[in-house]
Amino acid sequence: MNKFFTAALLIMSMTSVAQNVLQNAQIHGDFQTDFQYYMADSAIGADTIPEKLLSNGYLNLMFSAGNFSAGIRYENYNNVMLGFDPRYKGSGIPYRFASYSHKDFDITVGNYYEQFGSGMLLRIYEERSLGIDNSLDGIRLRFKPYKGIYLKGVIGQQRFFFDKGEGIVRGIDGEVNLNELNDKWSGSKLRTTIGGSFVSKYQPDKNPIYKLPENVGSWAGRITLNYGNWMLNSEYAYKVNDPSTVNKMIYKPGEALFASLCYSQKGLGITLSAKRIDNMNFRSDRTVTGNALTMNYLPALTKPHTYTLLAFYPYATQPNGEMALQGQLNYKIKKNTTLGGKYGTDIAFNYSRANAIDMQKVNDSTALMQPGTLGYKSDFFAIGDELYFEDVNIEVSHKFNKKLKGIFTWAYLTYNSDVIEGHTDGTFYSHIGVADITYKITPTKSLRLEAQHLMTKQDKKNWANVMLEFTMAPKWFIMAGDSYNYGNPVKSKKLHYYTFGFGYTKNSSRIALTYGKQREGIVCVGGVCRNVPASYGLLVTITSNF
Amino acid sequence: MKSFFGILTFFAVISLTAQNNTVPTVDLKKPDGTIVSSDSILNNGKPIIISFWATWCKPCVKELTTFAEVYEEWQEETGVKLYAISIDDSRTFPNVASFVNGRDWPFDVLCDPNADFKRAMNVNLVPHTFIIDKDRKIVWQHTSFTEGGELELIDLIRKLNSGENINE
Repeated sequence: MNKFFTAALLIMSMTSVAQNVLQNAQIHGDFQTDFQYYMADSAIGADTIPEKLLSNGYLNLMFSAGNFSAGIRYENYNNVMLGFDPRYKGSGIPYRFASYSHKDFDITVGNYYEQFGSGMLLRIYEERSLGIDNSLDGIRLRFKPYKGIYLKGVIGQQRFFFDKGEGIVRGIDGEVNLNELNDKWSGSKLRTTIGGSFVSKYQPDKNPIYKLPENVGSWAGRITLNYGNWMLNSEYAYKVNDPSTVNKMIYKPGEALFASLCYSQKGLGITLSAKRIDNMNFRSDRTVTGNALTMNYLPALTKPHTYTLLAFYPYATQPNGEMALQGQLNYKIKKNTTLGGKYGTDIAFNYSRANAIDMQKVNDSTALMQPGTLGYKSDFFAIGDELYFEDVNIEVSHKFNKKLKGIFTWAYLTYNSDVIEGHTDGTFYSHIGVADITYKITPTKSLRLEAQHLMTKQDKKNWANVMLEFTMAPKWFIMAGDSYNYGNPVKSKKLHYYTFGFGYTKNSSRIALTYGKQREGIVCVGGVCRNVPASYGLLVTITSNF
Repeated sequence: MKSFFGILTFFAVISLTAQNNTVPTVDLKKPDGTIVSSDSILNNGKPIIISFWATWCKPCVKELTTFAEVYEEWQEETGVKLYAISIDDSRTFPNVASFVNGRDWPFDVLCDPNADFKRAMNVNLVPHTFIIDKDRKIVWQHTSFTEGGELELIDLIRKLNSGENINE
């Protein structure tokens, strides 16, 4: 395949159009390398790493000239950093593509990313910080036959580390914007978009015990309605029986429903969302678990938190079944009012909850989730008794004066660790408070203080966190912080997780050094957020683009 | 591996003749869900700021809140237009419209839920901010935001307007 691309590039540079092409040619790309020097710390559970130093590296190179574009990504894991799947090993070019677009038509061969609707049936994407890259290697066509009509077709096999998955993925998707389609409706206050997709996978059946479906089909329909300040958005998906390791080899078909209703006007926004997921794990290989070879995306219907202690107990969707709802309110208290002050105050309130789905035995002689059977019956609208997760949180952002501003957050989290982590520690209830205060010393020099507290009677009990950051815009930052598990009842486990950080940014190139002990979670320092695993040592991150 | 270096050589040769990169054509979404091309990022020959952000990214929200405070002054003085590109995926995409309106941000917001535009613009981390000139060329970019970073940005826009070369 690489020969094919080299040949294509060579031919391009030899042809008579080459001169013309070269004049319009553009090269762009990006580069990232993370490496960490690991030290052992038995107290926090950081083991000795034989290599001492682990690193991940990525280079994207893209070429475009007029309607033609091509690109590659080189990846290097010598060896892969902690927290990533160890099957990322060595180096190679797992991503290369060539694409051509002409007016309303475009074709891509090689690797590509794609999403149908909200992604309940198909979402092919890369999330480097999580080690996810399920890119399809094959062919994709996109076509706009008429104004307001968008068609897509894909076929290929998914990336599986430095190899490809066994299954073949095929799919088509269509979307129609009725207001663009018909001039009579173009001025209508009601704006309507409808869409539908069909996705199927093929994988041979080599199972000695069960007769498994080699072709698994699925379909979805969606609608978006906008009327004045209102927006309604909904998608339903259905998948035929697809016994897999994840669903414990049951033959029940899968289904999912998502709906959200949003009202917004100047200074006020409200979104209510709800979803039901029932047996919707969808992969191009039925035997694979973890983050590999996933075909669809079933995101958690909860607010992603980024402050260290708020991100302690994050929820992950249960693809085998959950009912969830979320409400979000954003409100701006106007400036020059008592509560708004001179600059106004932003308030964000968020509530989310996820429960089990209703599950009943198929019949008296079949146990719940018995492999090789339908597994269970479920009433579509009934909510299961078991609570998986609940989050009530409020965030107030206020600028006091030209020099001082703050973000204040309080949250109450209920976290069912048995279900989410598969442990037997029960459910954790926690109150978390965060004050994030920024003081401008000069127009470009600032001090930022984060003070956080987590209170819980379960798990490791109470935590406190303090972080101080000094920034000199636009290039420098330096920080120091500590998370302290002061509430731990075992004296030897009242541990400090300290961190020192330093960073330098020159335009789009950035280097950041972090030394200390890290718990798993999303960490934001010096103006950038990323996911980091638990560890102790020196981490260096270099990013650049051109 | 040989072909990898072959490709690298090809890129190196091209890069000798290559010009400043322009904004690629990619389908985006408005917060209301309608599909719109990145070719609609326009400002009548005046400079454009493109800023990648997400609702869950605190520094991004800080940056855009700062921009929102000074946006009117900036527009009057320089005619600049800001497009904030949300990379919220389908987990938080349904909240973008209420988030943006609830904060009363005065600039245009477009969404890139599967990161197609982010990838085409070679963005590693958010926030990431670009300056686009009258010929749709990317003339400057910066990753991360720290308090006061907006001062450098508007200073560069002024220089660009007065015909200075702000490429580095």
